Formats: sequence, C-alpha cells, structure tokens
Amino acid sequence: MTQHVFAPWNDPGEKPLIQFRNVTKRFGDFTAIDDLTQDIYEKEFFALLGPSGCGKTTMMRMLAGFERPSSGQIFIAGQDMARIPPNKRAVNMMFQSYALFPHLSVWDNIAFGLKREGKDKDIIAARVEEMLRLTRLTKFAKRKPHQISGGQRQRVALARSLAKAPKLLLLDEPLGALDKKLRQDTQFELMDIQEKTGTTFVIVTHDQEEAMTVASRVAVMDEGRIIQVATPAQIYEAPNSVYVADFIGDVNIISGRAKPTGDKVVTQWAEGQPDIIGTTTTEFDPGQEIHFAIRPEKVAISTEEPQDAANKLQGKVLDIAYLGNISTYHVELPTGHVIKAQTANTRRLSRRQITWEDPVWISFTDTAGVLLER
Amino acid sequence: MRRFILIAVPYLWLVALFLIPFVIVLKISLSDVALARPPYFPQLDLSAGWEGLTSFFSALDFENFWFLTTDDLYWKAYLSSLQIALTSTVMTLLVGYPIAYAMARAAPEWRPTLLMLVILPFWTSFLIRVYAWMGILSNEGLLNQFLLWLGVINEPLTILNTNIAVYIGIVYTYLPFMILPIYSALERMDDSLLEAAEDLGCSRLSAFWLVTVPLSKNGIIAGCFLVFIPTIGEFVIPSLLGGSGTLMIGKVLWEEFFSNRDWPVASAVAVILLLILVIPIILFQRNEQKQREAEG
Repeated sequence: MTQHVFAPWNDPGEKPLIQFRNVTKRFGDFTAIDDLTQDIYEKEFFALLGPSGCGKTTMMRMLAGFERPSSGQIFIAGQDMARIPPNKRAVNMMFQSYALFPHLSVWDNIAFGLKREGKDKDIIAARVEEMLRLTRLTKFAKRKPHQISGGQRQRVALARSLAKAPKLLLLDEPLGALDKKLRQDTQFELMDIQEKTGTTFVIVTHDQEEAMTVASRVAVMDEGRIIQVATPAQIYEAPNSVYVADFIGDVNIISGRAKPTGDKVVTQWAEGQPDIIGTTTTEFDPGQEIHFAIRPEKVAISTEEPQDAANKLQGKVLDIAYLGNISTYHVELPTGHVIKAQTANTRRLSRRQITWEDPVWISFTDTAGVLLER
Repeated sequence: MRRFILIAVPYLWLVALFLIPFVIVLKISLSDVALARPPYFPQLDLSAGWEGLTSFFSALDFENFWFLTTDDLYWKAYLSSLQIALTSTVMTLLVGYPIAYAMARAAPEWRPTLLMLVILPFWTSFLIRVYAWMGILSNEGLLNQFLLWLGVINEPLTILNTNIAVYIGIVYTYLPFMILPIYSALERMDDSLLEAAEDLGCSRLSAFWLVTVPLSKNGIIAGCFLVFIPTIGEFVIPSLLGGSGTLMIGKVLWEEFFSNRDWPVASAVAVILLLILVIPIILFQRNEQKQREAEG
C-alpha cells in the first residue's frame, strides 16, 4: 500500500472549501488586505503567519463574518459569504482571549452554541460530554472559567468552538497565552484533534515555530499580501524571497551579481573574495542583482581548511552563542560580513576547539543555499 | 496592636455616628410624650443612683409601637412608600440601563465626558434641582407651555402635586446612582464575548440577553439597592412635588416630629423604617461581597 500524501492543493480536480477572490479590506485609508486571492482546502490545517499588522487577523475575522470585505468575494463551500452574518455561518472561532463566558460553567460554555440550535437536551448533553472527553475536561465541567488554569481555559475554548462540529474552525493566536512547554504539548494536541474531527483549521499566529509544527500549509503575509504559500518544509528550504527566508528561522543573506555558468549560478559579491557557487532552477540574467540565502545549520565551521567544499571562506570568530543543544558561531569575514554557522553539540563535555578571535574556515556545498531575486 | 487600631477606627465611627444616635432614637420611641422640653418622658437621672435607673427603665414601654398598629395611616404609608420606591426603582432601571449601555459602547475618548455629564447635576443643590422641577411641571410650567405650543394638548396637564411628579423627581434624582454601577459593570465587559456569542449562533438581541445582561447583573443589583434604599425614606421629593394624596413614610415622620411634636411616635416610625431597610441593606452587602469573591 502506498502512503497517501495529503496535498489537495496539487490536485486540480479538488474543490477548495474556502476561496478568497481579489479580496481587499480597507479601514479608512489603511489597507489591511490588498487584492488577495487564495484557496484553502477541506481538512487542511492552514496557518496565516506574519508580523502584527500584516492583515492575518483581518483575514480570519472576514471568514468569521465580523468584518466585510471592501471589495472582492469570499466563498465557503461554494457559497458567497457577503450577506451572511456570523451567527448563520458554519464557522466557529476560538478567540485569542478565549472569550469564555465568565457567568457560565465549563459545561454551559461548551453547550452554549448547541443550545442556540434548539437541539434536544439529551443530544446536547451527549455532545458536551464527548467534547469534555476529547479535551480531557470532564473533571472540571462544573467549574467556572475563573476557577481553572490558563491551559484548561484554552481547552474549554477549543471544546466550545468544536462543539457545533463546524466546517471550518478559526484559531486566533490560540496558544499565545500559554508558557512554552504547555504550548508545545498543546500544539500536538491540536493536530491530534484536527485529525480526529476532520475539521478544516485556519490558524493565525506570529510564532513561526508554531505555524511550522501544526500546519499542512503556511501562508507568510506582509502588509496585506500573501508572500508565499507552501508546506512548512518548502517555506523553510525553498523560500521565494528574502522576506520569507528572513521571517522563517535564521538565515545568512549575501547580496551580489549573478553570473550563470551552465546549471550553476555564481554570485560575485565582494572584491577579492571567492565567488559563491549555488544551484537554482530559475534563470538569472548575467549581472542581475541576486541574494544568496543560506541557513546557519548548513554552514560548517572548522579550524583547518576544508578539502572538498564547493564554497569556503576565511574569517574570525566574533561571538559564540551556546544554546545547549546547538552553538551558533558568528564569523566575521574580512569584508565585514558576519556569517552565522551552527553546530550541534552532540557530545557532552567535549573541549571546545574554537573560541573567540580564532581564525576559522566556513564552508558549504553548492546546493546548501538558495538564490533569490528579491 | 496596629491591626486592632485599624479595625477600631471604622467601628468607632459606626458607634459614634450610627449606634449611639440609634440608641437615643430607640429610647425616645419607648418613652411617653410630655409637654416639656425635651417633649418626652422619662429622663435619665443619674444623680438618683440605682433607684433613678430602675424607675427610668420601668417607665419605658412599647406603647408607641402598639399605637402604630391601631391607626392604619402608618402601615398604609409604609406600604405606599415601598410601592413607590419599588416602582421608581424599576423606572430608574429602565431609563438608566440604556444610558449606561450607550456610555459603555461610546468611543473611549468620549467616556470621561459622558461620565462627567452624569455626575454634573450633583454640583448644584438637590433642593434647587427639585424646585426647578416644580417650575417645569406646574400648570403654567415649561413642559405644559411647550406641549401647548406644539398643539399636542389643548389645556395644561396636571402633573405637579401628583404621584407622577414624585416618580419623575425620584427617577431624575437617583438616576446617576443607577447609571454608575451598571456602567462600570458594562465597561469592564470584553467585547469579544459578544462576538463569541454571535459566532456560536446568537443574534445580536439574544447575545444581549444571554451575555450582556447576566454580566451586568451585579451592577443592576447594586444600582437598584442604591435607588431603592434612600427612596423608601424620601421626604423632600414627595413633599415638594407630591400632592396631598402622596402618602410616604418620610412625610408622616416629618409631620409627627414637627407638626404634632410627638417625638416618641415619630421615633417609633423611624425605628420600624430602619428595621424594614435592614433587609435590603443586608442583601446589598451580600451582593457586594459575592461580587468581590467572584473577582477573586
């Protein structure tokens, strides 16, 4: 049996659940969303990632129905959402502040949406119990929101938004208020619940690690536009711009002029320094300005000159950041560029060979970095 | 020791300004009326020693309280005061809630100004404001002239010296006491709660009933008590705006004291009034305490 890869966005026959068609949203003269077109498919875990003010929350609020597009259309399951108020949408939202009703118990909070549908008492009770079990809250059903911890409140908010079995669940910075350890645990819990319920999740976050962990696809946004949409691995290894490369993780950027030579591209970047050899699939004009981006963990550092490396440069150690599992070396080149190189600390108590002010070699292969136009 | 002093200060205050006056009133209510100065008997004569003390206590009785039950003026006045206080509390709530709601929904930069406008009337004397209402509500008053000019009515409405004028006066006077606690409850409410309610299938109106109203419950309760408690004993408004038909216990009390000069009966009326008020005051205190506990 072949492993089925979940990638509906590559299947032209697949109908998207959510369609943004040239959506623009303005608040006064501020443009929050600028002519945005994007499809999101069923069962996806779609992350909107960007700095604050990039429009990601506005996009989510338009899906929930709290904001209306200034122009353009939004379709959910083929239906135009323009005239449909939030209470008539098969969309539920988990709020950043959780927005739990303080006067209601955990049980009543989760039952709130079900009661509005006017369903039978027994059906409501059964569904609430199911949600309590799913989020491991059965013990706390009778408590009020102020009598439980932050992590439990977060789970109540999730249970409440899932109770009505929405087609689409929106999560607005859902883990922002949790501490790091709890956040990591909850991320896996979220993925688990998403898989169990088969609901489409759209998550808004400014935490790139969170987006990378949970999402099937990540949309990196800036100033009301989506810069790149791709799987976490593609976003990380094949960013389409310096902005994306820089926003996701750590990166070294070297700017220079392109000199195409067969299937390789050489970047001429500084007088008296060896050119950087890289691989690319895009065509570059000779002399065009390009940016070479390489992740620190793909840069090797050594005290002796490496023999078989496509690219090697000499410099001296400016700074060392010890993070426990890895160490980051800041190496200053004679040109003044500072290149970050990372090594994994695979052995305990090993004597550190390299220290401050040491002359070192940094090296990387010709496929380690990406070449970007902008 | 420091803790003792800290606790002692409010208790001394209560003893000096509440308990001692109350004991004096209670004592007068147990005395008999007398043509003397002060106009009641017995007087405590400490120079007579133990004998003076026993004769003093043996002269005290509950005669005046018994008298209150024989004349139906008194219980009718109590009942009518309760009814007027209850009605005007409900009316104040109906007028005050929308105002508090609008204030809490107003743009944040406007809120201090609106708050100021609510408190502004306190800067002029209460009496002057009630007199101003006489000018507005009388037969030749501003309201009647305006309505006649509009052509809505052909002859002036009689509002002054009726219960309607009393209700208007009470609602007007006590409105800020209703608005402020409700406003403070509504202002603290997180807007995302309403969005969450809508997201979960509520219309705007049902979100209001299911979320906004329950969350402002403590403000509503506090406001109602702050209006109800002083209104029961209200004297100035019914005597200036009300007519001969307006029966309120505050007015009866005043007449017993100043017209009949029957201090003992007046004191008995006051003691009963206080006993009636103790119930809502305790309920009010309990509400405040519960609210503090809920806020943790």
